[in-house]
Amino acid sequence: MEFLWAFVIGGLICVVGQLLLDLFKLTPAHVIVSFVVIGAFLDSFGLYDKLIEFAGAGATIPITSFGHSLLHGAMAEADQHGYIGIAIGTFSLTSAGITSAILFGFLVALIFKPKG
Amino acid sequence: MKIGKQSWRFSNDVYLTSTGTTSGPLEAKGPLGTNFDKTYANLHCGEKNWEAAERKLMRDAIDICLKNVNKKPEDIDFFMAGDLLNQVVTSNIIASEHQIPHLGMFGACSTSMQTLALASQFVDSGFADSVVTAVSSHNATAERQFRYPTEYGGPKPKTATFTVTGAGASMVSREPSKIKITEATIGRVMDWGINDANDMGSAMAPAAADTIETHLADTGRQPEDYDMIATGDLSSVGSPILRELLWERGIDINGVHQDCGLMLFSPDQPVFAGGSGAACSAIVTYSYIANQLREGKLRRVLIVATGALHNPTIIYQKQSIPCIAHGVVLESTVGGE
Amino acid sequence: MESINDQKNYKKNIKAYHPKTNYFINCLKAFLVGGFICFLGQCIESFYLAVTNFNEKTVGNPTVATLILISSLLTGFGVYDKIGQFAGAGSLIPVTGFANSITSAALEHKSEGIVLGIATNLFKLAGAVIVFGVVSAAVFGIIRLTINNLLG
Repeated sequence: MEFLWAFVIGGLICVVGQLLLDLFKLTPAHVIVSFVVIGAFLDSFGLYDKLIEFAGAGATIPITSFGHSLLHGAMAEADQHGYIGIAIGTFSLTSAGITSAILFGFLVALIFKPKG
Repeated sequence: MKIGKQSWRFSNDVYLTSTGTTSGPLEAKGPLGTNFDKTYANLHCGEKNWEAAERKLMRDAIDICLKNVNKKPEDIDFFMAGDLLNQVVTSNIIASEHQIPHLGMFGACSTSMQTLALASQFVDSGFADSVVTAVSSHNATAERQFRYPTEYGGPKPKTATFTVTGAGASMVSREPSKIKITEATIGRVMDWGINDANDMGSAMAPAAADTIETHLADTGRQPEDYDMIATGDLSSVGSPILRELLWERGIDINGVHQDCGLMLFSPDQPVFAGGSGAACSAIVTYSYIANQLREGKLRRVLIVATGALHNPTIIYQKQSIPCIAHGVVLESTVGGE
Repeated sequence: MESINDQKNYKKNIKAYHPKTNYFINCLKAFLVGGFICFLGQCIESFYLAVTNFNEKTVGNPTVATLILISSLLTGFGVYDKIGQFAGAGSLIPVTGFANSITSAALEHKSEGIVLGIATNLFKLAGAVIVFGVVSAAVFGIIRLTINNLLG
């Protein structure tokens, strides 16, 4: 079942993105940025965790999860250190994603040639 | 000499003495593919980056153009060239290689007819005996400068156009050939408020309409006096808009209008609304249309190259796109009435 | 009947000439491809849970890293942009789209050198995501923390 829900919820999140592209004529950059902000916003109310519990990768793979993880990491540290904790913890949960994206992006750029 | 508001009629015999065209892989597979002098199976054209590939396309087009009539760069008085890259750098580098006195020009995708009109005027006035013009564009260099990296997966809308990879060169002189250049109309810049760089057909249609309307008024001709009125790169979006704009002004070009960006590709090729780019009008005019004129299958054509004169900065600043169109009349000297 | 030569309303009147967007097909493609990428993520996650000692909380890290690797490679092979044109938001919204924006920018600027080309341009497109992510996390974080403090 978790595989089905991952597919359906992940797919539906992408459909929302598609509607933003087609109906509101947003650029891809604006759509992605909106999704990150929405992810962080939903996490403010603890809603995103519920979605992850339900849909698994269907909620963690879309970029909305990035906003959620940033806030989540920030709040975890904030519990201990107050406001300064927000600065300490923001990247704590997303570090693997950002690091691998930089690393693989860099290595692929070194090895490959653009195909056009 | 000047006729009407903004047109020239050349008093002397000015000929399109020679042409040369090169193209990339997708253009070569299109309906006009066999007309090009040289085609490349790979977008890199054997060079190490996109910009070098574009230079190779232009260099080859000029070489072929000169070779066709056994000329050397030293035999040519002036070189007029342009492309889409910042500061027309492709043309500048090519000009440094062959050392023909150089006038770099920018009219975006209208550069082909801008250079051809001025070259003809130079030859007609006696300020030059022979002029070589060249324009180029490359899909990947244009994508990267005007839009996103070539490998970026962001989807494009259907109104977008596809930058043609290729280059066209021509030699204009008094040496007789089967194609005569008789008139030219210099366009006005039109800006009707379109600010979407993915919809250049709509943005450029008013410029094309204005140039065609003025040209017909200046020359006192009707659309039927032409076997073909070919616009540069209005695409499947801009072409019907142009026909409607002119129809409302009492000019019916439906029977003779063609668009180079649509002629270049078959409908099943992945080029969105059609081809665009400086090379678009050039490689169609200097290959297929020139061949038809040489064979006498076309008698008189008006080429209206359309250009969107924007850069990425003004698009991000929500400024609308200024557009231009220049027209040149080519006539066949074969047969004759 | 409105005239298309009406310059003031040109932008509005030409809409009729634009190709129709097929909302349903676009959404279906986005749904299928986006869903498939998430499904793939779920498979990778299950694999790591079964084979390694990552737990439910930490398994997201290797999962995301694996998807990013796949996406970077597909970008390098020149496939991801074609998937993107087909799938629209379906391949844009998942984290693979983020990796594609980084890799494609880096790859495109390779010809300008490793430092000034690849490294400088790496975040050309993805930078906006990080900026907005961090700023929104900070704003929402401060608001939440303040409310928590006020409520004791």
